[in-house]
Amino acid sequence: MEKVIETSHAIAEAVRLAKPDVIPIYPVTPQTHIAERLADFVADGLLKAEMITVESEHSAISAAIGASAAGSRVFTATASQGLALMHEVLFIASGLRLPVVMAIANRALSAPINIWCDHSDSIAERDSGWIQLYCESAQEAYDSVLFAYRIAENRDVLLPTMVCVDGFSLSHVYERVLLDNDEKVRKYVGKYRPLFKLDARKPVTMGPIGYPNSFMEFKEQQEQAMKMAINVMRVEERNFKKHFKRDFYGLIETYNLANARYAIIAMGSVCGTIKHVLKQSRLKDIGLIKLRSFRPLPKEALKKAFEGLKAIAVIDRAVSFGNGGVLWNEIKALSCLPVHSFIAGLGGRDITPRHIMKAFDVMQKEKENEKRIWLK
Amino acid sequence: MIEVKCVGRGGQGAVTFAQLLSVGAFYEGYYVQAMPMFGVERRGAPSMSFTRISKKPILIRSQIYEPDYVVVLDSGLLCVKGMLSGLKQKGVVLANARKEQSISVKGVKSCFIDATSIALKEFGKDIVNTAMLGAFAAYTKLVSLKNLYKAVDERFRNEDMRKKNKRMIKLTYEKCLEKI
Repeated sequence: MEKVIETSHAIAEAVRLAKPDVIPIYPVTPQTHIAERLADFVADGLLKAEMITVESEHSAISAAIGASAAGSRVFTATASQGLALMHEVLFIASGLRLPVVMAIANRALSAPINIWCDHSDSIAERDSGWIQLYCESAQEAYDSVLFAYRIAENRDVLLPTMVCVDGFSLSHVYERVLLDNDEKVRKYVGKYRPLFKLDARKPVTMGPIGYPNSFMEFKEQQEQAMKMAINVMRVEERNFKKHFKRDFYGLIETYNLANARYAIIAMGSVCGTIKHVLKQSRLKDIGLIKLRSFRPLPKEALKKAFEGLKAIAVIDRAVSFGNGGVLWNEIKALSCLPVHSFIAGLGGRDITPRHIMKAFDVMQKEKENEKRIWLK
Repeated sequence: MIEVKCVGRGGQGAVTFAQLLSVGAFYEGYYVQAMPMFGVERRGAPSMSFTRISKKPILIRSQIYEPDYVVVLDSGLLCVKGMLSGLKQKGVVLANARKEQSISVKGVKSCFIDATSIALKEFGKDIVNTAMLGAFAAYTKLVSLKNLYKAVDERFRNEDMRKKNKRMIKLTYEKCLEKI
């Protein structure tokens, strides 16, 4: 059934069908609508989950870890300072290999205080060992939450996963979403069967000290799990298509790239605006590479997409101060082509077709010199 | 694609205007996108929302800079700089005002409806978004009353709220039809 709903509500709807046992959550703009809708579901008896209204995000993620370790399926959501407050605990979720799924309504970090969208909150958690998926539309957000449980809980992966949507510019947008039949969705997500859990009848120890003689092995396994996640995602994409009889998105999505000599790379809702500009301008020479999975970074898929290109432009909604765009740095490490860097949309600054055209222009004109431009 | 900018003051319902309009237009068979522009979330501060209505899927996600319609929930905002900027040449301003304010919208096709009086009478509060929705429907014929009612039913759980909002839509719709 198709309905026009808010992206936050589409996420909550997907969570309702994934049936988490425990939802420890703390409200923070612009994630609040997700938490509110889940609270409605629990109050109305539509979702039988234990909702824990904790006193901070640090506690939210700690409770999520405890519940997940006890064998529960868990969901939480946060943004901005809330995610930053979770920072030290995020590594524990990934180190313990607990498949927590968390939605992020991307928002800038203070100061100056700002409630609007950029990616600096989730990008700052790049190295926390969480899978990170970025969404363009409400439909993609809904689908990605379901997909995230399939990936996170896969025994070859067992990694916590963030589903990121741009705060306000996607989280608060109302648009068409195809909501599948409840039973069909539940069948797709399936039940969580933990490999190990904290159980007094069959005791195990989780999170003991890792001495220098074993710590590296744990970390190496996390890196291997991330690599496995790429393969598992590929398989799950096919499963999704087969199960729902509609397209899924891939680790990367390309648009207008077949005959292009130039490509623009971006993550999140701005990809829609780029597609719009490409469609309106009928530029055959430029294509879009939408990066959906930032961690793990699908290097092989990206390198394949770069074949035949003359230059690349990267749009970043986050900065690594002292070394420019974060995504730009990562793409630069993958390609010998000129890679131009565009910082855009920080703190909710609107990214308009004019900005996109400017990036196109620079990329086509500047043959040698790599440009670093702030699109304001 | 039709692009609608709705401006109001915090508490008047500019964001809900976009939401209801998009749901109503969806039931007409259109692709839609409703997007709020949250400023400081305070009653009385200017707030804004954007709605896109199209026969084809909508890809663009930036704000609306060249609207086909500007719906003004508080006529005091007409003199705020930039409220009507970018309005298309054939664009129309639909404003809630007691009397014609021809000076502030010189050279622009405009329609004034006293939605505040209707809202105060029916609702007891100066929340005029649904009243202006009726005016928009009458003026543009983009969305039927039936589908706006459907949107109201989806949005509000409370039966009394549903009834009052539908009545406000109907009253301004009819009043506006007389004017056109």
